[in-house]
Amino acid sequence: MPSDLVHLYMRIDHLPQIWCPGCGNGVIMRDVAVAIHELIEDPALNFNREDFVVVSGIGCSSRAAGYLDFNSIHTTHGRAIAFATGIKFANPKLHVIVLTGDGDCSAIGGNHLIHAARRNMGLTVIAFNNNIYGMTGGQYSPTTPNGDRATTAPYGNVDRPFDIANLAWGAGASFSARGDVYHVRETIDIIKQAILHKGFSFVDVYSVCPTYYGRKNKKGDAVDMLKWQRDNLIPTARYYSMPEGERKGKKRIGILAYNDYPEYTEEYAKVIEACRKTGGEGEEARE
Amino acid sequence: MPGRKKLILESAWCKGCGICAAFCPRQVLELKGGKVSIKQAEQCVACGMCELRCPDYAIYLVNEEE
Amino acid sequence: MSKAVLMQGNEAAVEGAIAAGMRFFAGYPITPSTEIAEQSAVRLPQVGGKFIQMEDELASIAAVLGASAAGLKAMTATSGPGFSLMQENLGYGMMAEIPCVVVDVQRAGPSTGLATSPAQGDYMQARWGTHGDHPVIALSPSSVLETYTLIIRAFNLAEKYRTPVLFLMDEIVGHMREGVELPRPSDLIINQRKMSFHDGANKQCYYVPEGQYVPAMKPFGHGERYNITGNAHDESGFPTNSSEIAGKLVTRLLDKVEKNTGDIVRVEEYAMDDAETAIVCFGGTARAVMDAVLEARAAGKRVGMFRPVTVWPFPAGQLRARLPQLKRLLMVEHNHGQMLLEVQRAVGREKPVDFLGRVDGTVISPRDILDKLNEMEENGYAQ
Repeated sequence: MPSDLVHLYMRIDHLPQIWCPGCGNGVIMRDVAVAIHELIEDPALNFNREDFVVVSGIGCSSRAAGYLDFNSIHTTHGRAIAFATGIKFANPKLHVIVLTGDGDCSAIGGNHLIHAARRNMGLTVIAFNNNIYGMTGGQYSPTTPNGDRATTAPYGNVDRPFDIANLAWGAGASFSARGDVYHVRETIDIIKQAILHKGFSFVDVYSVCPTYYGRKNKKGDAVDMLKWQRDNLIPTARYYSMPEGERKGKKRIGILAYNDYPEYTEEYAKVIEACRKTGGEGEEARE
Repeated sequence: MPGRKKLILESAWCKGCGICAAFCPRQVLELKGGKVSIKQAEQCVACGMCELRCPDYAIYLVNEEE
Repeated sequence: MSKAVLMQGNEAAVEGAIAAGMRFFAGYPITPSTEIAEQSAVRLPQVGGKFIQMEDELASIAAVLGASAAGLKAMTATSGPGFSLMQENLGYGMMAEIPCVVVDVQRAGPSTGLATSPAQGDYMQARWGTHGDHPVIALSPSSVLETYTLIIRAFNLAEKYRTPVLFLMDEIVGHMREGVELPRPSDLIINQRKMSFHDGANKQCYYVPEGQYVPAMKPFGHGERYNITGNAHDESGFPTNSSEIAGKLVTRLLDKVEKNTGDIVRVEEYAMDDAETAIVCFGGTARAVMDAVLEARAAGKRVGMFRPVTVWPFPAGQLRARLPQLKRLLMVEHNHGQMLLEVQRAVGREKPVDFLGRVDGTVISPRDILDKLNEMEENGYAQ
């Protein structure tokens, strides 16, 4: 018997999930379920479970859409955000959550990430960032650190990595944040804030891949990788209370950037309204 | 006190990654034969960190009455 | 009929689509299809619909499929290079059974080719462009009025069979302007999507009752949660590794088109009753063929036109039905011989099939066709 939460929000016929031992993806998937649960349960808010749509692409992360018991669509590699754009624009009352990976959203799907951010399309994009292509067996991704090894970087990675949260922010995302799998409560709260945000919200969640990335780079097992997150990824309040010298080499988790640009589908609704008012001759009227 | 709660193990789902045991603040848990097991239940303070960090949903807290 | 209006083929595609219920368009500019995006941008908000210009064609087809899953009739339009980029997600739409219409206003290729010149070189790509075995319905109009009426049919077939329907235009028809009398909205037949899953005990989202081929579809956000995937999947919509289930699924997808060709396939035959020579053509090429037929008839030759309106599945049965009366066939198309292969397959060795094609971006004229008929006569209709 799994927990009530798992029972309620996951398709338990398909569990246990296929991810490797110690993979961080299961933690992030649970974070998403908890965040949605807490929003639905909040009497001050008006969230309806049936209005959530979970969209994924291809890769380890993308399996999450099938496990989560919502309207779900598992799309093609890199295109989750573009599918999600169609879903949200067609029916703006839906809460569209994209579950993606570092390769899915910043390599093959990088174009869709930056353009959805630029438009401020009302999506919540959660990247399961494990610094590697796991499903194909450990090739370097756009977030594999320079010098690290992968099956396609046997002598060390020559590429420089993206910081995807900064990338999304630079592209115009009105909400960009970072979480991880050690600081679970903080990350759940960040995901809740991201879903509550009206415009495009992006959360780069640092996962861990002990099987391919960890082993190849002598990062130890899942426990060691979580310890690294504990010691090097610092929640906002503590980060700013640290002496500047101590921050070196550490990264802040939390909301990195936020503003209230107008949301795309609301802006387009004004276009429709204006067309109606100025008597753009409606087909409906003729029918 | 966070109410009377107890730990439940879903051993069939445990993949033995050891995260729950390593980060338990009271050393309640240990790995035995590649699966999590409860070493000293009386030490548990029901903080729930094991449930939050278990990638496989193989450990969780329930209210004692259940 | 309402009063006549002057309309371009690309514009007729938009007006027909809106009449069919299109309320979502996502696209990326590309010659010679761009007017379809432009006109959709003007017209859709006027009818409460949505237009979005995406970052590329990969995104355009993805957004269209997403919008359709969320309940709107959706369309995109492109030309050769963009059509190539859409192929992966077209296969997704076929596998996940998401209705939509994809317009390809063909231009001369390969690659960027001759961007503003007519061609029909995407015929085989329409059938085999995406990987794997998959069902394809493709329609091709030959006039502005037919663009309007046929695109309505494209939406109807997409909804009825839950699959992307390809609308193969060409630069000739896309940029042609004609006076047309559009049918009254009340005269149109419009298929609407079923809004609930099958009644009874089985509510699986991909459940198909015995003797049927198409599962019901319910848009996201209407109360029954389910999963959509491009992976081989079972009736619950969840991925499977079972070869039995995967084989059954793909067979059903193929069957839903192959077993319904009577409903899907349409041809236009012109002067075929006593024809000894059939000129086979599709799309804009029919204009020159029609002229050539009239002129050949005036010269006493028994020539007719056989035009697949549904170009995929190819109307092999209808063509074979004409074989007993025919002495020969001539395939005329703006490519190097693509539909020709289907004609040859249908005809076999029973009758000689000759070919007139062009890949230089210029238009085949009635004169070219008449010259070809004469040449065939002089050569004794060699194969």
